[in-house]
Order: sequence, then C-alpha cells, then structure tokens
Amino acid sequence: MATAVTPEAVEKVVFDALPQFGAEPGEITREATFEDLDVDSLDLAELSQIIEDEFGVQLKGDDIGKIKTVGDAVDMVVSRAG
Amino acid sequence: MKREIAVTGLGAVTPLGIGARTLHERWIAGTSGIEDGEGTCSEFDPTAYLSVKEARRSDRFTQFALVASDEALKEAGWEDEGPYDPKRIGCIVGTGIGGIDTLTRSHQVLLEQGAKKVSPLSIPLMMGNAAAGAVSMRHGLRGPSFAPVSACSAGAHSIGEAMELIEYGRADAVVAGSSEAALVPLARAAFGALDAMSDLGISRPFDARRDGFVMGEGAAILVLEEAEQARARGANILAYVRGYGATSDAYHLTAPDSAGAGAAEAMRIALADAGLAPEDVVYVNAHGTSTPLNDRAETLAIKAALGDAVRSIPVSSTKSAIGHLLGAAGSVEAVATILALRDRIAPPTLGLEQPEEGLDLDYVPGKARPLDIDGKPAVGLSNAFGFGGHNAVLCLEAA
Repeated sequence: MATAVTPEAVEKVVFDALPQFGAEPGEITREATFEDLDVDSLDLAELSQIIEDEFGVQLKGDDIGKIKTVGDAVDMVVSRAG
Repeated sequence: MKREIAVTGLGAVTPLGIGARTLHERWIAGTSGIEDGEGTCSEFDPTAYLSVKEARRSDRFTQFALVASDEALKEAGWEDEGPYDPKRIGCIVGTGIGGIDTLTRSHQVLLEQGAKKVSPLSIPLMMGNAAAGAVSMRHGLRGPSFAPVSACSAGAHSIGEAMELIEYGRADAVVAGSSEAALVPLARAAFGALDAMSDLGISRPFDARRDGFVMGEGAAILVLEEAEQARARGANILAYVRGYGATSDAYHLTAPDSAGAGAAEAMRIALADAGLAPEDVVYVNAHGTSTPLNDRAETLAIKAALGDAVRSIPVSSTKSAIGHLLGAAGSVEAVATILALRDRIAPPTLGLEQPEEGLDLDYVPGKARPLDIDGKPAVGLSNAFGFGGHNAVLCLEAA
C-alpha cells in the first residue's frame, strides 16, 4: 500500500532521500535549489522512483524539468496526488 | 615526420596496491597480489578518493580508472589545469567487460522486484565507455574520448590509439589506459565454464604445471603528450611510446592461433613502427596468461618476431604477480614495462619452477635481475592479446 500523500510525509521522504545523492543534510530545506545541492537530472530520476515507490505518484520528465527547489518537488507530488 | 609521443604520468590500481610505483616495487620484490586464487584490489577504498556522489555514480571499474587518472595527472603536473587547450586533450579508457557488477545487480533487482525498481543509473554505470566518460569529465578533457572494448587487449589498444591521435595531430595529449572490475560470480562462472581459469588458483606462466589464468582486477592510466610540447613546458618525461602494432588472428573466438602468427605480426609491426630492429629490444613484457595455449603460442610468436635476438632478451609476465586483469592488463603491463625499463631491471615471472619442453625463452623465473644493456636505449615490448583474436603490441622506451 502506498503511503498517504501529505505535505509532511512527502517532505520527509524527499529530505531523507537527498543525502544519498551527496546533498549535505544541513543544507536541505524547502527553499534550497537542487542546483545548489548538486542534485542533477540523474538524481531526480532516482528520486522520482523513490517517490513513486512510496506514494504511487509518477513524475514525468516534463514535471521534473519544472522543479527548481526541494519545495517545488514536494508541492508537485502533493498536487499530482490530488 | 611523425610526432614523438612522451609519457609524462603513470597511475595504477592493482592487486599489489595503489599506485604505479607500488606495482613496480612489489613485483620486483617478488610479492604476489594473488590471494585465494584471485587478484583483488583489496587495498582500494573508493571513499578515500571519491565523493559520495562520484562513488555512487561509478561502477568499480570506473572508480579504479578515476583513481589511477588522478595519480597519472598529478605526476604529469596537470593537477590544477592541463597544459593544453582542453579540446586538444583526448581520453581513451578501454575495458574488456565494463560494469558487470552493476549489470548483474540491476538484473537481480529486475528479477526480484520488477522493472520499476531498476535504477536509472544502471546503464550509465555499466556501459563500457563509463570510465572514459568519467575520466574525461573529472579532468575536463574535451578532445576525442572513447573506450576500446577488445577483451584482454583493450589496454594496449587504448594506448596505441592514443599514440596515433597525437601522431596524426588530432590531439596534443591523451589520457589513456584501461580498467576492469569483473570479480563477480557471473564472470567467475562464465570463465570457469570456458575452462580458461586455473582450477588450482595459481598463476604460473610458462610453467609446465600451469592450468589457466587467475582473474584479477585493476586499472592503469598514462598521460601521453606530444614530446616537443612536453619538453617545451619542462615536463618530466618518463618514457616514449615508440611503436604500436595491432593485428587479428581471424581464427577462433577464444583460442589463439597455435603458431602465434598474428601475435608475431603485431610485434613486427610495433617494431617497424618504432623504426627499430629485434636487436634493439632489451625486455619483453609477455601477455603470459598462464593458460596452456597462450604461453605456448606466445613463445612461438616471440621467437618468430625477434629471431635470434631472442636468446638475449628477458621475457616475463606481470600476470604471475597480479593475475589476469583482462581489459586492464594491457595498460597495467605497459606501466610495469615502463618502470622496469627505467630502472633497468627485468621483473620476475613468479611461480615458474618447472619449464615445459619447448618453452625455452629467458622467462626470468622467480627473481628479478638487472637488465644489463650496456648503455643501449632501454626499449621493450608489451604484448596484449584478447578473446576475439585481437593482438596489440606496444614498443616502449624509457626516457
């Protein structure tokens, strides 16, 4: 069963996932840009997989192109689930 | 007139440890890097050299190449910035197999967890050119970059092709070498099924009791530069790549032509390319796999190519100390050859105690000894032959 999509739940999964891509845990905020965190398109492809696995929400290439900040990613997942 | 090719940096990760000099010194001392029937790079810790991101973005074979490239570029004095326009610096890093560890892990995920769980990194990590791409990115090399995939001759092909890029003016420098990390169950099983590996787990090239090769892993990278420009920038030139010969047996997918005709021709071409004669060769670093077929055919090939001169030329096999590094063998052995020539020493063929009838070259059994070359230039050949019938030979000279 996929986890219920709440902003808090999505934020936690995203925040927990980012350090494995090399992002500094202390620098991960909703406002941080993926560029600043050195999280690139390949990392976002992996993140999408983690999100789909956890919440059953698919992010497509077009969606990922629009995401700039960590908060954007969280909001996108929440809106897609709605 | 052809441009001259200088070697200005060496780097290696091998079962004998981290570093080109470590390989050289430990082999000369008679140390073996083979443990429990395999040549594992047990001293290699990727986190000591690579960031979290770099490490997870690279299969082990790429990690070896990255670390070896750092060492080579540092020695060349390229640490901060290359001395040439980046577009004039190529990068050729070959492999025999590529990211087979990544491939088998991803395949296991596919079977056990389904297609949706397969990592998007699977292809970029397993592809045979991953190391070439990663090394070019790490050092900002923007000239031609690619990966020869020619089994156990890939390393020599990489250096040979790099030499030609510079010779023909397509690049002023090339970072060249090869890498392999195939110590995974699938590769062990598959080579085992071919009956090519030693059941005893002993690498003893040219010995009558040899029963196959011992698998190893590792990488080596060399910095090649057009010699005139290298001199102009005051580089410390270690050696020259004088010649390159490449041929094909066109005979059998795995077995060498038993007379070694293609291998002999590659040696002749490498010497002719260098403008040298058999009498100029003071050392041969043999492919010397420890398989019954290779060592017999290679001995015939060396005799055919070098004629009477062979009587006074020591011939030894690096694989006696580290096993068969497959695609990495050619570059690792080129590094070993260069350092041996520089030190005027013939490294030993370890474990060779019982010569086989007909295998009667001077294989330097058991113990290194000085190369007595009487002031002659220190010129050597480094042989690499691969499944598919590929033969690639480098003619190297210590500076």
